[in-house]
Amino acid sequence: MNERFLILMEKNFENILTDEEKVEFENLLATNNKLKSEFEDQKRVKEVLSKMKLSNPQKEVWDGYWMGLYNKIERGIAWIAVSIGLIILLAAASYEIVDKFISDTGTPGYIKFGTAALVFGIFVLFISVLREKLFTYSKDKYKEIKR
Amino acid sequence: MSTVEQKIEFERHVKQNMKKAYFSALGILRDHDLAMEASQSAFVKAYKSFGTFDKTKNFFTWYYKILRNNCLNIIRDNKKLVHEDSNNYLEYTFEENDLNQNIENREIYELTKKEISNLETTDREVLILREFEGYSYEEISEMMQIPIGTVMSKIYYARKKIAKRIGAYLK
Repeated sequence: MNERFLILMEKNFENILTDEEKVEFENLLATNNKLKSEFEDQKRVKEVLSKMKLSNPQKEVWDGYWMGLYNKIERGIAWIAVSIGLIILLAAASYEIVDKFISDTGTPGYIKFGTAALVFGIFVLFISVLREKLFTYSKDKYKEIKR
Repeated sequence: MSTVEQKIEFERHVKQNMKKAYFSALGILRDHDLAMEASQSAFVKAYKSFGTFDKTKNFFTWYYKILRNNCLNIIRDNKKLVHEDSNNYLEYTFEENDLNQNIENREIYELTKKEISNLETTDREVLILREFEGYSYEEISEMMQIPIGTVMSKIYYARKKIAKRIGAYLK
């Protein structure tokens, strides 16, 4: 395909040909039957496409669009605030517990070690299960299907 | 700008652009529910980075980049859910006075719908933006971040594929 002709034809469709380009385009059409037939085909397809459109959803969809979106934004902000609050509170509580546990001279060393190992194990298990669940969910192509 | 002012301005942008956003997503995704979801979640992302938006620029061009990424991610993650042969997102209208002409027209439009749906995602996207949504080559080039020449070439080859499919009816 003649690249120059392609550009001229598209510019012609958009009505942005300059006078010189118009002459050049008409000359190409007059002297080359293949290009002329190509142009006619493209024109007919454009005609077909001009009678087509993307189908509209129901009118009510637009009425509730902003409200639905606003709820999503609001909930997103609320979740961020809740998460930040929880993280801060949990971190402070954990620090207090660990601090008291370590400074408690009445508890034997092996109990302290056992408790630390238990807490660490539960924490790693929790993270591992959570990561697996989230990863599987995000990659599950059939999550919309009710089982 | 205060949070309230920012929200009011964002709401204005959403109301002005929600239809364009939805139809652009529909052209890429070919599914009403996915298009609705994609356009809304792209607006949520746009709201989060609305502070970085240069107010002298066109909102929709800026938003479209987020929307497009969203749609492409949806296609990547939901390949099995977006049916290859789904084409009920397109409609056609023609005069119904001649029965023979009517049958032939129906055939042409059904074949065209099928061919549009079978186009590569970016080719369909460009064609729909130009032929159905009426964006100029320059606007499409900016929205999709590709040269104008590529936009013209993609539209031309998309139309050529359709012409090949409905060729027998065009003569």
